[in-house]
Amino acid sequence: MDFKFSKEDELFRQEVADFVEKELPWDWRKEKIDSEDPKDRPKVTEFKKKLAKKGWLTMAWPKEYGGQAAPHIQQLIFNEEMAYRGIPAIDAGISQVGPIIMLFGTDEQKKYFLPKISNAEIDWTQGYSEPDAGSDLAGLQTRAIEDGDDFLVTGSKIWNGAHSGASWMFMLVRTDPDAPKHRGISFLVSEMNSEGITVEKIPMMWDHSRALITLENVRVPKKNLIGELNRGWYVGAALLDFERSGISYASSASKLIKELVKYCKQTHRNGKLLSEDPIIRNELATMAVEIETAKMMAYSVAWMQSKSDIPNKEASISKAFGSEMVVRLVNIGMKILGSHGELEPDSKIAPLRGVIEQLYMSSPASATAAGSSEIQRNIIATRGLGLPRG
Amino acid sequence: MELGLNETQQMLKNSAREFLVTECPDTYVRAMENDESGYATEIWDKIADQGWIGLMFPETYGGFGLSFLDLTILLEEMGRVMFPGPFFSTVIGGGLTLLIAGNEQQKQNFIPKLCEGQLIISLAVNESNSYWNQESIKTVSKKSGDKYIINGSKSFVDNAHISDYIIIAAKTSDSNNDISLFIAPSKSEGIKQTLHKTIGSDKKSEISISNLELDEDSLIGELNQGWTYIKKIQEFGAVGKCAEMSGGSQEVLDMTVEYAKQRIQFGRPIGSFQAIQHHCANMAIDVEGIKYLTHQASWKISEGLDSKREIAIAKAWSSDAYQRICALGQVCHGAIGYTKEHNMQMYTRRAKSAELAYGDSQYHLQNIENIIGF
Repeated sequence: MDFKFSKEDELFRQEVADFVEKELPWDWRKEKIDSEDPKDRPKVTEFKKKLAKKGWLTMAWPKEYGGQAAPHIQQLIFNEEMAYRGIPAIDAGISQVGPIIMLFGTDEQKKYFLPKISNAEIDWTQGYSEPDAGSDLAGLQTRAIEDGDDFLVTGSKIWNGAHSGASWMFMLVRTDPDAPKHRGISFLVSEMNSEGITVEKIPMMWDHSRALITLENVRVPKKNLIGELNRGWYVGAALLDFERSGISYASSASKLIKELVKYCKQTHRNGKLLSEDPIIRNELATMAVEIETAKMMAYSVAWMQSKSDIPNKEASISKAFGSEMVVRLVNIGMKILGSHGELEPDSKIAPLRGVIEQLYMSSPASATAAGSSEIQRNIIATRGLGLPRG
Repeated sequence: MELGLNETQQMLKNSAREFLVTECPDTYVRAMENDESGYATEIWDKIADQGWIGLMFPETYGGFGLSFLDLTILLEEMGRVMFPGPFFSTVIGGGLTLLIAGNEQQKQNFIPKLCEGQLIISLAVNESNSYWNQESIKTVSKKSGDKYIINGSKSFVDNAHISDYIIIAAKTSDSNNDISLFIAPSKSEGIKQTLHKTIGSDKKSEISISNLELDEDSLIGELNQGWTYIKKIQEFGAVGKCAEMSGGSQEVLDMTVEYAKQRIQFGRPIGSFQAIQHHCANMAIDVEGIKYLTHQASWKISEGLDSKREIAIAKAWSSDAYQRICALGQVCHGAIGYTKEHNMQMYTRRAKSAELAYGDSQYHLQNIENIIGF
C-alpha cells in the first residue's frame, strides 16, 4: 500500500495550483461562477481556453487525438484542484462526446469534432432526460424517423445544462419503436440553431436555470449519427476510460468546511464565539470525518481506473455518499449561519458570499443529477452485491 | 498511489482466512462466550506457532519483524470471525507497550516469551471515572525506599483474569500530568480482580489495587512520561480495533446479502425488494469507508508519518459505521437475527465493544475539532 502521491504527481498538483492562482479571473474567488449563466459564460470559456492551451482540458485523451494520455491519478489531481476552486473546467464535450466519438465515430466525425472540442470551441448540452424518462432513461420517447439523408427528430429533452451557450446537443433518440427498449435507441448530435428546436428556460429554486428543449421535425443529417443505428444506448453507456471518481464532492466540501471553521472563529452570537459552541464543533468534526471518507472513496475509484480495473459499485458508492455528504455539510452550514443563512448572494451582509444559501438549494439537486442516489443504490445492490433485480 | 495489498499481505490474508475458518468456527466463538477463560489454549498455541503473536515484533525479540500494516491485515481476518481470546490485548496492550516504553532488559525478559505464547499481558489504563484521560487517573504510585507502593483501582482491563502480568498506569507525583507505567505479576498480593459480564462477551475486569509493592525495575519507560507511551499505544489500539471492525463489517455485509438472496417472502427473495437492496447498499458504503480509512491510518503509522488526523478519523468513522452496518444487518435478517443461535447478534454486540475500545467516536471527534482548526 502507498497512500501518498508520487513526487511527480505532487509537482503536477503544484503546477496546476500555481497556474490557477495566477490566471484565474480575480472575481472567481469572490463569487460563485455559474457556467450556465450567460453573464458568466464568457469568463468560463476564456479560462477553459487557457486550460486547453496548457493541454490540461484534454489531458485524459489519447495522444493521437491531441491529448496527453495522462494517468488517472493526474486527472484526479487536476479535477480535485479545479473543484476546490469551484472551476467548471471539464465539460460534457471533453468527458463524454469526445471520447464517444473517438470510440464510435467515423473518420470524418473525428476530424470535424475532436479539434473543436479540445480547443473549447463547442459547448454541448446533453439531451438524455425527457419529461417522462428520468431514472428510467431507456424509456425515452423522442422519435427520429429516417427521411432521405436526414433524420426527422420530434420530442422533448429536459434538464439541459449549458443551454445558454450550447451550440450543439448530443442526444439519445428512439429510432426503432418496435425493438426492446434498449435496442431501439440511437445517438445523434445536432446543431442547436437547427430549425424546429425551441429552448425554454426552467428557473430552478436557486439562482440557476435548466432548459426544456422541444424538437419538432428537426432535420439531423445522417452523418451526425454516432455509432451504429439502434445501438445508441450502448454508445451512450460505453464505459469511457475517463476519470469518474467523484472527487469534486470531497474537494469542494474541504474548501467549504475551512470557510465555515473560519467563520465560526470570527463570529459572535449572543456574546459567544460560534467556535466555542460544543455542538457546532462536534458537527463540523463529524463532517471532517465524512469528507475524508468521501475523499478515500473517490481516490479508490481513480486508483482502480489507474490499474485498468473497471469500477462499478465503487463509482456509485462514491457518487451516492459524496453528493449526500455535501448536502449534510451544507445543512450544518446553514444552521451555523443562523438568521444570516437566509440571505441571498446579492445581500451585502450575506456570509460567505451567499454560497451556503445557494448550495442549500442546489446540493440536493446534485444528489439527484447524473443518476440519483436511489439509482446508485440500485446499482450497488444489483451489480455490486449481486442481489436479484426486482 | 497503491491502495491494494502486496504479495506478502495477500498471502497472510489468505492463510489467516484459511486457518481461522477451520480453527475458529462460530461454534467455538459461541462456546467461548460462556467459557470462564474465554479462549482455548490449544488454539493459542497454534497461533503462536504460526508466528502471529510475534508478527510485528522485531526478530531480535523473537518476532517476525513485519509491519503494523501487516498486523492490520491479520486483525481484519480475526475481526471477521470474531476471534476470541487475549490476542489483541496481549499484542497491543502488553507487547507493544513494552516495545515502545520498556528498557532493553524488560524487552528481553518479556517479549520473546510473549511471542511464543507463554505470556499474557494486559494493560490497565482507565478507571471508573477516567476514560483515556491523563488528568483523571487516581491510581497512585509512591516511592518508599527502593519500592513502589501502588494504590487505586482500574476498570475494563481486557483479559486481566487470565493474564500473567498487568501493566498499570499510575500517578507518580502531585501533578495530574505525571503518569508512569508499572508491570506487576497479576497474582501479586495487593491485586484483586472482579470479572465483568459485558455486551460483547469479552473478558474485562475491575481491579482494585491495595498496597501493591513493586521493585524499582518494574517501572516501564521514563518516570512521569507514562502518558506519552499510552498515547502511542492508544493510536495503535484504535487502528487495530478499526481493522477488527473492517473484517467484521465485511462479514456482516456478506452474511446479510446471502440471507437476502435466500430468504423468500411474498414469493420472491427479499433481496429483490428495493427496501432491502438499499439497506445493503448503505451497508456497502459504510464498509468501503471503514476499509480505506483503516488502511490509510495503518499505512501512515507503519511509514512513521504524522498520523493523528487519520487515526482519529478512522476510529470515529469506523465506530459509528460498524454499528450502522450491524443495525441494518439486523433489520434485513428480521426476527431470526436477534436470536442467540444466530451469528448476526454476536457481531452487533461486538460492534459496541469495539466502539468503546481505545476511544469512542465522541472521544476522537474532540481530537478532530482541534485538527480542523477549532
